[in-house]
Amino acid sequence: MRSRGVVLISAFAIGIVVAILLFSSMASAQTAAAERGEAVYDHWCAPCHAAGPGHPGTQSLEVKYRGELQAVLTERDDLTSEFVRTMVREGILMMAPFRKTEVTDAELDDIAAYLTE
Amino acid sequence: MALPPNVSERDFTRALEQFSNIVGSEWVFSSDEDVALYRDAYSIYWGEPEERVASGAVAPDTVEQVQAVVRAANEFRIPLYPISTGRNLAYGGSAPAYSGSVVLDLKRMNRVLEVNERNAYALVEPGVSYFDLYNHIEERNLNVWIDPPDPGWGSVIGNALDGGGGWTAYPYRDHFGAHCGMEVVLGDGDIVRTGMGALPNGSTWQENKWGYGPWVDGLFRQGNMGVVTKMGFWLMPKPEAYISGTAQVPDDEGAVGLMDTLNHLENLGIVNGSTQLGGGGAGGAGFGGGGWSLQVPIYGPENVIRAQLDYCRQKFEAIEGCTFTEQPLVHIPLSAEDRARVRLVNFGIPNLSTFAMLGRSPFQPNPAGGHIGFSPIVPRRGEDLVRFRNWYQANAAEVSGGENLGIIGPVFMTNWERSLVGLIMFPISKDPEHNSKIRDAFVRWVELAAAEGWAEYRAPTIYQDLIASTYNYNDNALTRMREKIKDAVDPNGIISAGRYGVWPRHLRDA
Repeated sequence: MRSRGVVLISAFAIGIVVAILLFSSMASAQTAAAERGEAVYDHWCAPCHAAGPGHPGTQSLEVKYRGELQAVLTERDDLTSEFVRTMVREGILMMAPFRKTEVTDAELDDIAAYLTE
Repeated sequence: MALPPNVSERDFTRALEQFSNIVGSEWVFSSDEDVALYRDAYSIYWGEPEERVASGAVAPDTVEQVQAVVRAANEFRIPLYPISTGRNLAYGGSAPAYSGSVVLDLKRMNRVLEVNERNAYALVEPGVSYFDLYNHIEERNLNVWIDPPDPGWGSVIGNALDGGGGWTAYPYRDHFGAHCGMEVVLGDGDIVRTGMGALPNGSTWQENKWGYGPWVDGLFRQGNMGVVTKMGFWLMPKPEAYISGTAQVPDDEGAVGLMDTLNHLENLGIVNGSTQLGGGGAGGAGFGGGGWSLQVPIYGPENVIRAQLDYCRQKFEAIEGCTFTEQPLVHIPLSAEDRARVRLVNFGIPNLSTFAMLGRSPFQPNPAGGHIGFSPIVPRRGEDLVRFRNWYQANAAEVSGGENLGIIGPVFMTNWERSLVGLIMFPISKDPEHNSKIRDAFVRWVELAAAEGWAEYRAPTIYQDLIASTYNYNDNALTRMREKIKDAVDPNGIISAGRYGVWPRHLRDA
């Protein structure tokens, strides 16, 4: 018969394993969302926001930020999901909002995951 | 919840329930938050009572669902406003012409049904963008080009139906002109196929435009007789090369020979690319000074287009004082170096670079955000070119009330065959005071132009009645004829009420 201490240690170990698996699963889900988000981003956002000439979103942000922030969105490390959602659904200046038939809520979550990973 | 005009909340709720049963509840939008996504981001009445807004939206995925939605809308007298990709910014975007309409959002119908490389045509659904069709072709390495307009996210069908154009060779850059056959759900839910598409078991729907009997496709260009659910387009085989030359004349007198020579070369088919006119003191792609400049591009096999350009040189250099310079030949497919320096839409590659003119730049740190245009058709003669420029310059200060409203004009466009466009561009913002001044100026330009015999070929929804009123020969006989047809094929006036100035009977009488 095992002692009470052994039982507790076993339960603790199981808890750690479950937590690791859970975390791993969440991280994996996050990665999968970001991968899906990259494809959506490439289709809908990159034509304006990619690096290099011919991308008016990037050009506009270069003038706005004057080097204080990255103009290319995929190079930013300060974007939040909420900010991404607001920009896509409300638009700004020349950028009209995107409807749910263009970018669904689920796809928008994926874009946010991609830009904030 | 906003309601369509003259529809009770009970009936609207029942209609939305029916729409949900047809397309699935996730594709029916009626919350304020969702419906706001259908606002016209470039509305000249943004935030004002006159802004044209939707009451809801429904997004079918198949033609059968479109038919069912149209029939349900008839039952409850719900006005529908079909959009394709809804990216027709500056012409109304995804907002309806008649406030309170339910937007029939066709973006989900985004299938490229066929690209026939051998006979060089495509058959697509309304939600297919130029990006989509381009990617479809490139992924399969097919030997055909698309003809993109400036914004690549536009609908191939929607752009053609609105009268849009692109930047490669004629006849492909006249997008409606390059279409061949369409499928349309009429206002009563019936479905027709035009041209050879009416022939059961036929296989020439995209190979002969006319079919048999009266041709009706034109009713759906800038029309509201039905919902176009499929459309065929002729495509250009990928050319081997591109070459261009630029003719320059020193003064207005030279513009006469310049335009006559251009017309001759285009009408012969020697020049097939989208020519670029600048200078003359006009506001467009100016070359400064008083002279005029014309770039003439040609697509085709290298040895052929070199000979064509030599012929152009001979003709242009026969004009007194005209010089002609040749630009380097570009091989197709583009090298990486050429791709970085050319204007991509001239090479069938869709993109969004045109929005740079609306974004921030060192010269424009606080842009207005949007724009609309007034684009009257002008005779393609040097005398008229000069006359239009002088007319614009003589009236610009008075029309703007002595202020600098940021209006740009005239930009002369020669990409339509046989006629010129004298484009005047107006910046639109979210500031009602600014927009009010722009409205006054826009209306004044329309009135002044009409007095000269010049009128718009395409208009933002808010000004479609105004422009239609300038086409008023014989007591508006053309509009009256369109109204008779509208009443016959859409008796309840369900589809796109008011689009391009055609209103159904119950709204004309009201």
